[in-house]
Amino acid sequence: MPLRFAIGIDAGSAQTKAVLLDSISLALLAKASLPTGWNPKASAEAVLAKLWQGFGEAQACSIVATGYGRVAIPFADKNITEISCHAKGAVHCFPTARLVIDIGGQDSKVISLAEGGAVRDFLMNDKCAAGTGRFVESVARLLGLHIAEFCALASGGEACAITSMCAVFAETEIIGLLAQGAKPGAIAQGVLASIARRMQGLAARLPGTGDCVFSGGLAQSPVCAERLAQELGCPVLVPEYPQFTGALGAALEAARLAKEKNA
Amino acid sequence: MSWSSLEQFRAKSDRNVLRMQAEKKAGRKVVGQYCIYTPMELVLACGAIPVSLCGTKNDSIAKAETVLPRSLCPLIKSSFGFALEDSCPYLAASDLVVCDTTCDGKKKMFELLARRKPVYVLELPQRQDAEALVFWQKQLELFKGKLEETFKVNISDDALWQAIDVSRRFRAALQKVLDLGKRKPSPLTGLELLEIAFRASFMPVYEERISELESIASEIGAAQAAENTGRAPRILLTGVPTGLGSHKVIKILEESGASVVCIDNCSCYKKVRPIPSEQHDPLALLVRHSLAIPCAVMSPNPNRYETVAELAREFSVDAVCDLTWQGCQTYDVESYSLRDFVQNTLSLPFLQIVTDYAESDVEQLRIRIQAFLEILS
Repeated sequence: MPLRFAIGIDAGSAQTKAVLLDSISLALLAKASLPTGWNPKASAEAVLAKLWQGFGEAQACSIVATGYGRVAIPFADKNITEISCHAKGAVHCFPTARLVIDIGGQDSKVISLAEGGAVRDFLMNDKCAAGTGRFVESVARLLGLHIAEFCALASGGEACAITSMCAVFAETEIIGLLAQGAKPGAIAQGVLASIARRMQGLAARLPGTGDCVFSGGLAQSPVCAERLAQELGCPVLVPEYPQFTGALGAALEAARLAKEKNA
Repeated sequence: MSWSSLEQFRAKSDRNVLRMQAEKKAGRKVVGQYCIYTPMELVLACGAIPVSLCGTKNDSIAKAETVLPRSLCPLIKSSFGFALEDSCPYLAASDLVVCDTTCDGKKKMFELLARRKPVYVLELPQRQDAEALVFWQKQLELFKGKLEETFKVNISDDALWQAIDVSRRFRAALQKVLDLGKRKPSPLTGLELLEIAFRASFMPVYEERISELESIASEIGAAQAAENTGRAPRILLTGVPTGLGSHKVIKILEESGASVVCIDNCSCYKKVRPIPSEQHDPLALLVRHSLAIPCAVMSPNPNRYETVAELAREFSVDAVCDLTWQGCQTYDVESYSLRDFVQNTLSLPFLQIVTDYAESDVEQLRIRIQAFLEILS
């Protein structure tokens, strides 16, 4: 019997995401996500169970894992890095994509694509939490807000300049700003602007022009995407489910494996 | 794959410290050197033993940071930490330590080192033109004088020619081993290439260095080549020095399925640069030969690009990985131009890795390196 299902699991530092595709038509059949606990394998199992909920029980499928926890998922047929997966996912959503900007939980990356969608080059900020989802989360928490509320606050008005290059010291800087009476909205603006500037700095080091895709959880916020477009000086395309771009890329690779097996 | 010559070399080099102490007891002098711009031929010619010094391990860095700023490169911190801890037997045995001013961080560290050891500083020019050659010639003449005065010897031209002969044979023997990487597939891993060059640099008896390397080259050279599946991407590693203890990037590359076939740095392939055959003035020959080393301290540094192009071709590599120690400004800045050259002139994929000796970023590096290898596949 041919393998009908293909699954991609993106075991990220903050969330574990999974996407289920029809391996032939590549139609999106289901998606699920859960916070990654201390055990990436258990999180992946839980997210798989959630993914299959509408199907009664798990079916035969091929599985590709990506993300920081990718090597801890023994039931995956293969694991590949999130750089390849974000590129595949972005190109699937927008075939004209030439640049992918992903802001993840513990790193951020810029990927330059050749014509046809192959990865040409990439740069990562993985040394420092400033410029990652984790940074936004910690500042939002400082203000007693959820990350979505925090991003929404940044929709207009004055922006505070956040200049610290380190997430921990940026937090200190923000506490100082709050003590001086800065408005949470202005701080939110400042934080998103500082992240967008960092991404622009990375992107400027890579060659190539063309359509830019913004992926990762932060891309769910239209304000974030707008800020990024302003800094980059070009429109930014956001997939329908940006936080699932990596999992989608992994599922596309799983579908390719399934086709190989079926052939 | 296990090679008896390599096992024997390992067993012999495990006794490097004991051998050196025996040589010292017998009256030989030891000159420690940090950098290959110091012509070891001058040291050999005065009858002393030129030897590498420790500086590739993370363990000594915490101690160094009690004095040096944390932001300094791990190589300087590690070297200095060994001095503070008095834990490098080669440094302890050194009657003189030669230090080249290859960067500002080292230069200032040497001032502090001089409080503990007899340090002699060679002021390295930062260009390779005619004026720089005159300057370097003067520096090496002064160094020769210092050796003669310290060890109460006269370094004759004959002695220099003899030392150059030993050095030529050492370079040729090391090259034979490192050139095994040209084979497809390479019979030695990148880690083994590194290990051999590293261990050899601490062997006090040069004739033994040469014969050990010769036997590795001849045993492995004569062996039947393994089947070439062509699956492992062949990598040229270039950039900062590496050694045992600072080998993590090579290890991750190879664990991820790549084959590091050539290591273009001053711990490995830069050591084999042959000395041209000339018969006029031995010191002038050493002046020209040593100053041409393509370290990022040189500005401009044209030989770096020429060397990378040549090695990429000779070792038929699929990609170039440029390693930079955190805080090493010269290699870090030069990486931009090297990327441009490798990607656009050589049309090869290029990855720069900036890191230190610590293990903390291994998983992040693994992602970058695996993603890079996925581009190649």
